[in-house]
Amino acid sequence: MSIVITDDFRESFFQECEDLLEAMNDGFRLMVEDQHEIETVHAVFRAVHSIKGGAGAFGLDTLVEFAHHFETALDKLRSGKLDLDDEVLALFQRCGDHLADLVAAARDGAPMDEAVGAQLNGELNDAIGTTPPDEASDSHDFQPTGLDLALALGAAGSSRYEIIFEPFAELFRSGNEPALLFRALARMGPLAVTMDSTAIPQFADLDPSKPHLIWRLELESEETIETITDAFEFVEGMCRLEIVELEAPDPGSTSLDDPPASLLDVLAPLSDATEPGPVRAQRAPPAAGRAESANRNSSATIRVDLERVDKLINLVGELVIKEAMLSQSITKIALPSENEVSVGLESLKQLAGEIQEGVMAIRAQPVKPMFQRMSRIVREAGLATGKRVRLVTQGEHTEVDKTVIERLVDPLTHMIRNAVDHGLEDSETRRSAGKPEEGTVILSAAHRSGRVMIDISDDGGGINRARVRKIAEEKGLVPPDADLSPTEIDNLLFLPGFSSKEEVSALSGRGVGLDVARSEVQALGGRVSITSNPGEGTTFSISLPLTLAVLEGMVIEVAGQTMVVPITAIQETLQPKTAEIHPVGHDGRVVVNRDRLVPIVDLGEVFGFRSAPDILDHHVLLLVETDNNRHCALIVDGIQDQRQVVIKSLESNYGHVNGVAAATILGDGRIALIIDPDGIIRDATGHAGGEIQFFSAG
Amino acid sequence: MTLRILAVDDSRTMRNLLSAALVQAGFDVHLAEDGEDGLQRLQEAAPDVVITDINMPRLDGFGFIEAIRGSHSNRNLPILVLTTESAPELKSRARAAGATGWIVKPFDEVKLVAAIERVAVARGEA
Repeated sequence: MSIVITDDFRESFFQECEDLLEAMNDGFRLMVEDQHEIETVHAVFRAVHSIKGGAGAFGLDTLVEFAHHFETALDKLRSGKLDLDDEVLALFQRCGDHLADLVAAARDGAPMDEAVGAQLNGELNDAIGTTPPDEASDSHDFQPTGLDLALALGAAGSSRYEIIFEPFAELFRSGNEPALLFRALARMGPLAVTMDSTAIPQFADLDPSKPHLIWRLELESEETIETITDAFEFVEGMCRLEIVELEAPDPGSTSLDDPPASLLDVLAPLSDATEPGPVRAQRAPPAAGRAESANRNSSATIRVDLERVDKLINLVGELVIKEAMLSQSITKIALPSENEVSVGLESLKQLAGEIQEGVMAIRAQPVKPMFQRMSRIVREAGLATGKRVRLVTQGEHTEVDKTVIERLVDPLTHMIRNAVDHGLEDSETRRSAGKPEEGTVILSAAHRSGRVMIDISDDGGGINRARVRKIAEEKGLVPPDADLSPTEIDNLLFLPGFSSKEEVSALSGRGVGLDVARSEVQALGGRVSITSNPGEGTTFSISLPLTLAVLEGMVIEVAGQTMVVPITAIQETLQPKTAEIHPVGHDGRVVVNRDRLVPIVDLGEVFGFRSAPDILDHHVLLLVETDNNRHCALIVDGIQDQRQVVIKSLESNYGHVNGVAAATILGDGRIALIIDPDGIIRDATGHAGGEIQFFSAG
Repeated sequence: MTLRILAVDDSRTMRNLLSAALVQAGFDVHLAEDGEDGLQRLQEAAPDVVITDINMPRLDGFGFIEAIRGSHSNRNLPILVLTTESAPELKSRARAAGATGWIVKPFDEVKLVAAIERVAVARGEA
């Protein structure tokens, strides 16, 4: 018999690890804030201990070994043999980080750098003042329960054993039962049992709490003496036990086929004597499926496959669309507003809205685990730059769509590193500015008007605008005479190619600039902005939609087609005057907008519906801004509406179509494409699109 | 008669694995998340044997075992400790509390079942 360790078990183990690591980090945070109690230490210990226990079951030896070292040090802490100072705490946090890495590596089957673990093990040993544990005895802790000695030694024919067994009183107090031990022995071969009752005193002298029986057993078995002794493993020290191998098997010895039954008969009066009243409590007959009932009430949450949730979200999207269609048809027949159908429709609409909100909430998750990861980023960034930094998190229970959270990790990591690396001054500068040596980075999340706001603030010196401008000029990103407001200078940080070799440090030398972080946020329908005050610090604000399932869009018309443009991309709409439009090159056109020249692109032409109109008097220009500060004016024939649309992916059926992000179904049942302004600009203006952005027309 | 088992462990993974192994071995399995939860389920589960972890929140294994032994009707209830710990002082602490046996994780299902059968007898069979 053997249970098969399926992927489900593994998956559930790794999910539990996530929870345990979160609990561990919660504990560390309380310790950092000096608000912990002894229970906090216990909780951290248990988290690491449970990871070790689970890892052992899956044979994840590296993880087990490190968790064991870590746990040993935590045990010293909880038993008061180790003082928690800043150094120890920092070490524990790094060990926690490494443990998280090991869990991730085990999950992904990725190799781990053993040097890190070895280094930390060394530091842990130093901290608790022990020599490295004896590997032999250490690994013994994690051996499966005993080896099968019979297998190892092979069956060498049967032997005859004499066993003298005298249980002490404590054996019975521990819930052990001689009859069951004998039953186990009887499974090894023919067993003869003799009871020696000569030690039982006269009734008047009988102490019912003491056993007075001695058993002499004769076993004929192929098992070794070790295996037989193993059967008495749990009663070791609670009985007198002598096992002797006799000369040769005696075929004449009497054996009892079913000794336990008769022995229980013998023992029953004894146990009655020590335990007045009925031994076995009455209970209801076992109901079918009781094993399953075990999980009942055990937790207020359930784990649901993400696919099911997404299917539900999709269906609710359909429901909302059908409701809108129905609503439109009923409007057409112009029923009075107090009509039953209209009233019913109104409540249907409300219900559909509530269901949609509720279903979206299923995908929503607190940002807390992501924030916890950031506290590690801050620690590492602090170590790499030699700065003392503290991360303060606020609003970590704010809930955001799971996918948004996952895709936000990279840009957020970059901005946090940036805040430590470039935002905070070194200790000396801070001291001379009258600031505490330890810098603070605040990471906060909040819901604001239907969006999620995530702010990364540092209390550093603020953006050095003169320097930023100088770098941008040197790189040719901005002309030397350009008239730039402070905000415009701050936004230069987001230009591709801004981050320079000169400022590449251990942290930022990754070939990723803030421009990439920003385009990642924009890909989620988000926006990034900066505010900075000299001497006081800088704040990066990320504003994100609550979900990726719907988006706020502008419904437009082009060449008889209805399309949707994401509202986040649109900066403004223009009704251009002929004088503001200038021809460029062979067949290009630009429009003057706020002292800059913006290339004009006809959506109808891009999609092959028509050739671009010559006169734009009856058209509207949508000024869109995309990744990397590119701008473009899209010609559309008219604007119909602005509203939330349900996003339906086309990629699974049609593959990726450049310039098309997805599709949606409109209230009248028609399908409209949601355009991808970024793709359109890339196609229409080529890679040169970004180069004209800051040239002044003036 | 099917043996009824109450398995107490704060690790979800461990409960899953234990439950799978024990159900497959033909036992009637009940689960609890920690000592307190275990005490609450004791009456309803009416187990023939209890398997418990040591390191648990709220009420740990030692406290749980002592509480079980404190009730007269459970004085003979077999209690197996299943833990990653193997330190002798912890073992003797568990024994003093009233534990019947001690098994070290990660468990081998065959040995676990053998240990259960060595200490437990289904109610009604006795």
